[in-house]
Amino acid sequence: MPRAKLEADGIVLEYQQPRTGSCFRALDGIRLRLEEGEFACVVGPSGCGKTSFLHIVGGLLRPTAGRILIGGRPVTGPRPELAMVFQEPSLLPWRTVIGNITYGLELQGRATPEAIRRAGEIVALVGLAGFESHYPHELSGGMQQRVNLARALAVDPEVLLMDEPFAALDAQTRELMQQELLRIWRDAGKTVLFVTHQINEAIYLADRVVVLSGRPGQVKAEVVVDLPRPRPLSIKRQARFLEIEDRIWGLIEMDARRALLTGTSIPAPSA
Amino acid sequence: MTLRIPRRLSGEGGIARVNRDKDAVLPYVEVATEGEKTPAPPPGFWTRRERAILGCLGVAVTLGLWEGIAALRLVDPLFLSAPSRIVRAGASMFASGEIWTDLRVSGLEFAAGYGMALVGIPLGILLGWYRRLYYLVDPILSALYATPRVALLPLLIIWLGIGIWSKIAVVFLGAVFPILLSTVAAVRTTDPRLLRAAHSFGASDLQIFRTIVLPGSVPLPGSVPFIITGLRRGGGRALVGVVVGEMVAATAGIGLMISIAGNTFQTDRVFVGIFLIAAAGVAMVEALTRLERRFEKWRPPVGTGV
Repeated sequence: MPRAKLEADGIVLEYQQPRTGSCFRALDGIRLRLEEGEFACVVGPSGCGKTSFLHIVGGLLRPTAGRILIGGRPVTGPRPELAMVFQEPSLLPWRTVIGNITYGLELQGRATPEAIRRAGEIVALVGLAGFESHYPHELSGGMQQRVNLARALAVDPEVLLMDEPFAALDAQTRELMQQELLRIWRDAGKTVLFVTHQINEAIYLADRVVVLSGRPGQVKAEVVVDLPRPRPLSIKRQARFLEIEDRIWGLIEMDARRALLTGTSIPAPSA
Repeated sequence: MTLRIPRRLSGEGGIARVNRDKDAVLPYVEVATEGEKTPAPPPGFWTRRERAILGCLGVAVTLGLWEGIAALRLVDPLFLSAPSRIVRAGASMFASGEIWTDLRVSGLEFAAGYGMALVGIPLGILLGWYRRLYYLVDPILSALYATPRVALLPLLIIWLGIGIWSKIAVVFLGAVFPILLSTVAAVRTTDPRLLRAAHSFGASDLQIFRTIVLPGSVPLPGSVPFIITGLRRGGGRALVGVVVGEMVAATAGIGLMISIAGNTFQTDRVFVGIFLIAAAGVAMVEALTRLERRFEKWRPPVGTGV
């Protein structure tokens, strides 16, 4: 068996409830392997701890038990081999597009002329050419997420961690961005771990969909998506696609209904 | 045929360009045929200047009423004076040169006290950044902020005398707390989403401070001047400090001049002083508003709806 690019080994996360003081298990022994160049999606009902899991992989949150391995080496904090793309707007409003894209490079002390030049190429790759000197507020939501993605790509990570990056976009923009992401993934050749609550987004993007159960989050199943690439958007209406969607929905439905009844999602972890 | 994109919208070209292959989703691209249709006339003189015209009208009516009341002797000019009398008094005070000393002393007190109060910016950053330090001094700061600083004047006069230093001190105390506290607030309300993004790239505390906290709270070129609010409020308090301080005890200054003129029933001169102070306040607010605008090119326009 080849060495995995990224490995999560028995990740457990427990919270102390701030008010009651009681202990609460959010993630229960998550195990996951990502091969080099693979695109994997994690789906699960709301409140199953998907985002917390991604934050643990990214080194922003320390798990109660278990470990994350990159290329076989354990990870304890943010690593330059990983870069995160967040759902929420996280661009510096006082920096221009290009200033935001080179921000990660700057923080890692790698803003060499060569890296800056490459950042210029990434601008074109994510379709932002001509917008380098715009400020974030002058861009649409979809464009802002392109900047977010470009900022992550600029540090040339081996693995991209994406936390529902398109959730705040309108339906049409989201579909176009999914297609764009696949093109960028093919051109840039990265390993991607993508978290979403949308089953059809996960199937459209992924080689493999990891289905989490509701609280506490556990890996319920892994579904291999054997649809050919490149995938046109119309593939979402093909029989095979719908078949996979049905199967994953079947796995999630009970948990999703329970999450709906019990309401609240788990409290956001403070990084 | 020409395609005309309204100027305001072309600034949001991001949307237009993303969808450039889908003309149907560009409802705001206006199509005009040259020669057939004259462009919409520019907004008329009245529309463009409406605000300024109405503002001037309000002032003119007020002054006219005032002058009329005085001219008709409805109220004794000893109490109310009149715009014409005030102008005359002001002109003679400037002509004889007596007012220049007062203006210079008051201006110096204001500038020195307010200038020193800018120390509130670095102090505020420190207190905003080190939580425990803030907890330590918060009760004292809040108490001082809540106390009208002019209540400290007798003490300041005992310590510093009736010369300019007691006034500089009261101006400083008036201005420093609003400046300091608004800086603390700016630092403490740093967006946690920006912090998380920086952490994900392995940012150090120093880097976070330099790239997020500082531009997010201090008016450096290309940054966020949240503390402009503090500077404005501090300026107002500083002006109060100058005037009240001089009224209590001073050897020169506009406040002293007003006080003496009032005690001797020279209503015209009292109004000259009041108008000078009002002008200083308006000029300060205007200057800060312009300063604010210079730093705001990255900020979305307020009130136009995005």
